[in-house]
Amino acid sequence: MSTILTSIIVCGCIGIIAAIILYFAAKRFAVKEDPLVGEVEALLPGANCGGCGYSGCAAFARACVSAGSMEGLYCTGMDEEGMQRVASLLGMQAGEHRRKVAVIRCSASCDIREVKNIYEGLHSCASAAGLYQGMIDCVYGCLGLGDCVKACPFGAMSIRPGETLPEVDPDKCTGCGRCFEACPRALPMILPVGDTGSLTWVTCANRDRGPVAMKECNRSCIGCGICKKSCLHEAVTLETYLATINAEKCQNCGECIKSCPRHCISKITI
Amino acid sequence: MKLYRFGRGGVHPKENKGFTADKSVAPITPADTLTLLLRQNIGAPSRAVVKKGDTVSRGQMIAEAGGFVGAPIHSPIYGKVVKIENVRDITGYWAEAVILERNPDDHVAATLYEDIDDDLFLNVVEQLSPEDIIARIGDAGLVGLGGASFPTRVKFTIPEGKRIDTLIINGAECEPYLTCDDRLMRERPADVIRGALLLSLACRSQRIFIGIEVNKPEAVLRMRKAIDDLSGLIERLDRRVEVFGLRTRYPQGSEKHLIQAVTDRIVPAGGLPADVRCVVDNVATAFAALQAVVLQRPLTARIVTVTGPELLSPGNFIVENGTTYRHLIDAAGGVPEGSGKIISGGPMMGKAIVSLDAPVTKGVSGVVVLPDTQSHRRAEQPCIRCSRCVSVCAMGLEPYLLMTLSGLHLQQEAEARGVMNCIECGSCQYICPSYRPLLDSIRLTKSIIRKNQKK
Amino acid sequence: MIVVSPSPHIHSGKSSDFLMWQVVLALMPVLAAAVWNFGIPAAFIVGVCLLSCLVTEWVIDKLTGRANTLRDGSAVITALLLAFNLPSILPWWMAVIGSVVAIGIGKMSFGGLGCNIWNPALVGRVFLLISFPAAMTTWPVDIPSGIDGMTGATVLSYMNSAPDAVSHVNMLDMAVGKMNGSLGETGAVAILIGAVYLLIRGVITWHIPVSVLLSAAIFSWLFGGNPLVDLLAGGLMLGACFMATDYVTSPMTRLGQVIFGACIGLITIIIRRYGAYPEGVSFAILLMNSFVPLINRYTRPVVFGQRERRSMDKVTGKGVRS
Repeated sequence: MSTILTSIIVCGCIGIIAAIILYFAAKRFAVKEDPLVGEVEALLPGANCGGCGYSGCAAFARACVSAGSMEGLYCTGMDEEGMQRVASLLGMQAGEHRRKVAVIRCSASCDIREVKNIYEGLHSCASAAGLYQGMIDCVYGCLGLGDCVKACPFGAMSIRPGETLPEVDPDKCTGCGRCFEACPRALPMILPVGDTGSLTWVTCANRDRGPVAMKECNRSCIGCGICKKSCLHEAVTLETYLATINAEKCQNCGECIKSCPRHCISKITI
Repeated sequence: MKLYRFGRGGVHPKENKGFTADKSVAPITPADTLTLLLRQNIGAPSRAVVKKGDTVSRGQMIAEAGGFVGAPIHSPIYGKVVKIENVRDITGYWAEAVILERNPDDHVAATLYEDIDDDLFLNVVEQLSPEDIIARIGDAGLVGLGGASFPTRVKFTIPEGKRIDTLIINGAECEPYLTCDDRLMRERPADVIRGALLLSLACRSQRIFIGIEVNKPEAVLRMRKAIDDLSGLIERLDRRVEVFGLRTRYPQGSEKHLIQAVTDRIVPAGGLPADVRCVVDNVATAFAALQAVVLQRPLTARIVTVTGPELLSPGNFIVENGTTYRHLIDAAGGVPEGSGKIISGGPMMGKAIVSLDAPVTKGVSGVVVLPDTQSHRRAEQPCIRCSRCVSVCAMGLEPYLLMTLSGLHLQQEAEARGVMNCIECGSCQYICPSYRPLLDSIRLTKSIIRKNQKK
Repeated sequence: MIVVSPSPHIHSGKSSDFLMWQVVLALMPVLAAAVWNFGIPAAFIVGVCLLSCLVTEWVIDKLTGRANTLRDGSAVITALLLAFNLPSILPWWMAVIGSVVAIGIGKMSFGGLGCNIWNPALVGRVFLLISFPAAMTTWPVDIPSGIDGMTGATVLSYMNSAPDAVSHVNMLDMAVGKMNGSLGETGAVAILIGAVYLLIRGVITWHIPVSVLLSAAIFSWLFGGNPLVDLLAGGLMLGACFMATDYVTSPMTRLGQVIFGACIGLITIIIRRYGAYPEGVSFAILLMNSFVPLINRYTRPVVFGQRERRSMDKVTGKGVRS
């Protein structure tokens, strides 16, 4: 009996002492923060993707709370409804936002790419790009080792088994830009979706001269300029043998896609 | 005989030098066109000073140094400039190059220069100040011929406040397969030593230590004998020349480890050899320096070991700068059927080349052609924490940990663990029983840290 | 097609599979000694452990969707070491439980080979020792023993209760294993043959075994015991040569390994002298396994030139750059 009693007393004392220490420690080291920040953060996806331009969800929440209006503050990981919830919590209106998604500027999937060598080494695009041109002759194209897939915090990127070219799931993609940063060749582009819910882009990043580019890949942009001529909205520009479509001007009419002799312009509808 | 050695770590891969160790240095059939890359050295790439259609003569400068850390490039042949355009280098990336076509009547293959006698040597040397010697070395476009291609002029321009007391000539040649330095020391020991004397005049060091791994006994003997033969000259110049037999252990040829082995001094982390009053240069550089200063001939050719287990006639060849790998391997009997990997440099630190049509540069010391059976890496397995990588690391790093940190993108932590000190010798990956890409990930971490520093 | 990869382009050729199977090979003399000393029951226990360890690993591989890892040989080592740590007359189902715990909890729950903190075989053994203390310390009685009246007890358990009797122990019998104990603990000579083989083949280095044995001998002498008896008795030899040297659960630096070994020796002797259990090698190794991360942290190798850098910076008055 006395053993049990002693145990209870000793444990109780330790508990009380610890509680007192913790109480004062909590007081002494308390971090003062607006409770609103925590509430806002709870509404955010918590992926810390950085798509909003802040270092993470907590930083974004602080920015929201201290901001006068929601203009320019937008979490790419949420739909408009979610953003409106955040805004109304803070007594403001959600800012205008145009949805952005990532698209890949390369179309060298396995049936198109002509593999010239075998890469054996760290399974990382950055490592391969630091070493050499890659498995295909095009030094601008996708290396196919999936750094973008690993970087995507939303699971929107995937490489199908037996394939090397990553695909973007536009429903999951928030346009945060992590894939762009991870890619040693900057192939993923974050583009705003057009009013019709469509997006047209050039699926190539090759800047070699036409004849060279022609040899390197079946789907390379050779800078012929046909798309530029066919465009009704002056959205196509040509620079160092590569066509680029200005997403702001593009009306997604699809004229360029029809005209491109190299089949290197694509369109998705979300 | 006392064996000199570096502190800790290192591995001893199968040497495989037997394929070419007994092949004397030979010329090859001259190539009709030469592709001279403008990026041949560490630092700034050179700037072309010729135009398309220009005729060039042997030894004429075709590109000037692109900056302080840079070196000019000279034409190895009589001929004309066909074009200046982007070509693919050994990595397959585009690189600017001057393409020369040989005159039809120029059939002269590159050879080692003729012996220079002591009278001529003294005549020239006694008229030159150290600065003159360095200037002549710079004009000749000399770079370190051991592989790193650091401009020699810059190396011998000693920073203010530093004093050099020991010039170390690196004849370790610790890479498996390669024998070009071995052959040079056996065939032209006196000129290597004369070149070393010249370099010692340039850096005002009184001592010259020549480090040679003892798996090259003949080179050690010949060099020692040449020192005896040249004792008069050495005395006249008031130098002390000594050959150090080094334990055969990779990476003995690393600058820092060579310094430690022969002088017992340790270069501070992040420091230069000059911090411990040393300068290190390769035997082939010393040999080329003699030609550059005494004959005032630029560096346009070098000895390259072309070897491999299945090559028909491997050998040590004198190769003009800009010769393609294909031409070079053809001289050794062509690429054998079933080859899997072609390495520019040695198998421990060399680069696997993508295209045989890429040209060799000044820094290429060897070409190793491996059969397919020896070309593949085995599948990576989980780390069993056997600690072999830690015990072989000559820099005192923990490769297994650095690889983990690399996978977690913890670059700052890796930097705190000294990842930037890695000399990329590859011992860790060579020894790893789980075939883990330790060096690959360390290299990746280093490149990310460097990129972040630039930002 | 041409292969492109970063340097180095050659490899020593020694794979982890190779190293693991070398250890299995080195354990063969111990197995032979166990069968010679304890007969068929020993072989039976080894068989049960092998089978159940391999099946456990295979099932877990299947359940977690991993590639088959049986071929790497580590499960075989675990099975052998576990069996060598059991008495020959242990009921077979206890051996099965021990194997499942060793592989399932000791290794696979941490993520498989290379991820575990504690030596899996010892996890299995200690689990059994705590769960079934009686069965785990019941030794066959018909084994010729060094001391009269010691049947059914080991030298160590006797030493724990009546230290005076130890002077009667026949060292030679102990060395070849003519004494009571677990299967693999008793043949010191066989263990040494295996250990020497591993040292010659470069599978292990001398640091851990030598430091364990040396420190055990020194502390045994300091605590007034007979160092030779302590070395030969119980699982010390097996532990020092085969279990403390387990790559996964030992420190990464040479200095760390020596500290690790010395502490194992010390703790073993302390448990043997003052603990409730007659034998302490398993606990000592498991305890020190837990300290490995700490040891690694404090025995980190000095980066080449780092010391010189600091002293140079001190002279020139610059801040220390890491």
